[in-house]
Amino acid sequence: MLRLLRRRLLQGVPLILGVIIMNFLLIQAAPGSFLDVMSAESQVSDPAMLEQLRVTYGMDQPVWLQLLKYIWSVARLDFGFSYRQNMPVLAVIMASLPATLVLMLASLLIALLLGVTAGVVAAVKVNTIWDNLLSFLAVLFFAAPSFWLGIMLTVLFAVKLGWVPVGGMMSITASNQGVVATVLDVLHHLALPAMALGLFYAAVYARVMRAAMLEVLSLDFIRTARAKGLGRWRVVLAHGLRNALLPIVTLFGLQFGTVLGGSIVVETVFSWPGLGSVMLDSVSSRNYPVVLGVLVFSSVVVILVNIAVDLAYLRLDPRIRAR
Amino acid sequence: MAGLDVRGLSVSLFTRGGVLPALSEVSLSVQPGRTLALVGESGCGKSMTALAIMRLLPEPPARIIAGQVMLGDTDLAALPERRMLGVRGKAVSMIFQDPMSSLNPVVTVGDQIMEVLRRHEGLTGRAARMRAAELLALVGISDAEARLDEYPHRLSGGMCQRVMIAIAIACRPAVLVADEPTTALDVTVQAQILELLKRLQAETGMALLLITHDLGVVAEMADEVAVMYAGRVVEQGPVDAIFAAPLHPYTRGLLGATPSGGTAGRHTRLADIPGSVPSLAELPAGCAFAPRCPLAFAACAAQPPLATLAPNHLAACFAAQGMPADAAAGA
Repeated sequence: MLRLLRRRLLQGVPLILGVIIMNFLLIQAAPGSFLDVMSAESQVSDPAMLEQLRVTYGMDQPVWLQLLKYIWSVARLDFGFSYRQNMPVLAVIMASLPATLVLMLASLLIALLLGVTAGVVAAVKVNTIWDNLLSFLAVLFFAAPSFWLGIMLTVLFAVKLGWVPVGGMMSITASNQGVVATVLDVLHHLALPAMALGLFYAAVYARVMRAAMLEVLSLDFIRTARAKGLGRWRVVLAHGLRNALLPIVTLFGLQFGTVLGGSIVVETVFSWPGLGSVMLDSVSSRNYPVVLGVLVFSSVVVILVNIAVDLAYLRLDPRIRAR
Repeated sequence: MAGLDVRGLSVSLFTRGGVLPALSEVSLSVQPGRTLALVGESGCGKSMTALAIMRLLPEPPARIIAGQVMLGDTDLAALPERRMLGVRGKAVSMIFQDPMSSLNPVVTVGDQIMEVLRRHEGLTGRAARMRAAELLALVGISDAEARLDEYPHRLSGGMCQRVMIAIAIACRPAVLVADEPTTALDVTVQAQILELLKRLQAETGMALLLITHDLGVVAEMADEVAVMYAGRVVEQGPVDAIFAAPLHPYTRGLLGATPSGGTAGRHTRLADIPGSVPSLAELPAGCAFAPRCPLAFAACAAQPPLATLAPNHLAACFAAQGMPADAAAGA
């Protein structure tokens, strides 16, 4: 187990290096720089001043040298400086990371709970009205873009029904009402964005879970379990579920990155103050150190999650442990 | 201890293409401490009979449409599912053809045995674990205590079948249904498993319904034999009588198509039965074997009844029943 962990971590290093180089070069290739935006906003047009700024930010150096310097500083956990927030990029990321993590975890929790439950029910009640209904819902949420779903959820639950706020992460007054009230307030704000982001993945999980469960339920050991006199649901949950969950775990790891990406859209729709909002703002203001920092940081997170998934596989499937 | 008495069991498959008769009026009986071998070709309904007894038929499409499965005074075929749960694995147990795939790959052997002890015997924790180890020792697995924590993929096929047997006999069932228990195993392991089943039967006095297509296994194990063809029992009787004086032409064909071990070096052509088993959708009216039968005559267009032709020896064949050809023509 520890050996696998060490091997996977070492494999992650060249991967992250590749991510850094790729993203760095892509951003270099993009037109404009944050100096253009900066000088336009502060109405500086003096060429000497602009040249001075280019030197200050090291942009007068050749690209390969900038890249090497960047890699070296990332290795020391220095992702550069954001002129816009006037603080280190890492601090910018850390300030908005908790909001994104809360949103992602809530979404994934919704996706897992709804998706796995729906998939299991659909498989057990295969070819009944329940199966058809759940499959229809899965296709619906699979097809609906998350920004559209977000807007529709807002229209229905926030505007028409007024059950939840339209956006933001907490009420202005929440911070001085104690911990419990704050948590409840955040959950209240969290409901819609987490649904908007999570329902798509719930649909994916439901479809995969249904297929996996149907296959597992046709296997011989399910018949053995029934021959023991176990009830239908005990057979499904104790013998079927654990085998059928394996593809879901894989999917979870693979999709962690796309959930991170999806949160950018959803955070924008719901003005959720997370990494996605920072990212969008940084792209439009050409704040490339932050863009690059978020990309590198999130790829590190995705790689770590996938290592965790590999380790979870070891726990779930004894046949892999033996190898 | 009660034996198993199957009376007139009929199972149909309700498919889009129509209703297919998978089992027709199957009657079998196996007494405590005795072994009944159910033989026949693939697809003749042996496994279907076993699953019907266990009420584990794939429903839909299969459904019991008539008959009784009597265990003592209880008709299992009529029992509500909730009460049937208390019968499976306790009064009637079953082991299957492929032991490797019949055990859950992600659950330890011990947990799979203890599960049935918890379910039916109310044993938990330490007591369940001790009993599980006892059972493993009983089925001839050495170092039983340590084996409890193994996963099935670490065991050989023969070991897995021993574990399956341990699960099946955990609650001392009155009837054990063994569906081709040795087909997937090496010949040497086959012999060990059959030996084990015999020993356990002698110790517990359970009735054994042994499903096989291997007549060598039949000769080794069975007290009585029932031969099935196309969903029907066509001949039934004591094992000696069946081997010495088979009445049904299909049984004779089966015996003739078995290579005999004693003729090493002497190459004789193996007899075969002409034609092939009809599909359930195209069963001929009357005797299903008639199109392949050397003795078929006009009467065979009607279904011959299973009639007693010798002591305890029944056959469903007009020719064997000695019906004259002209008298049968009107039937």
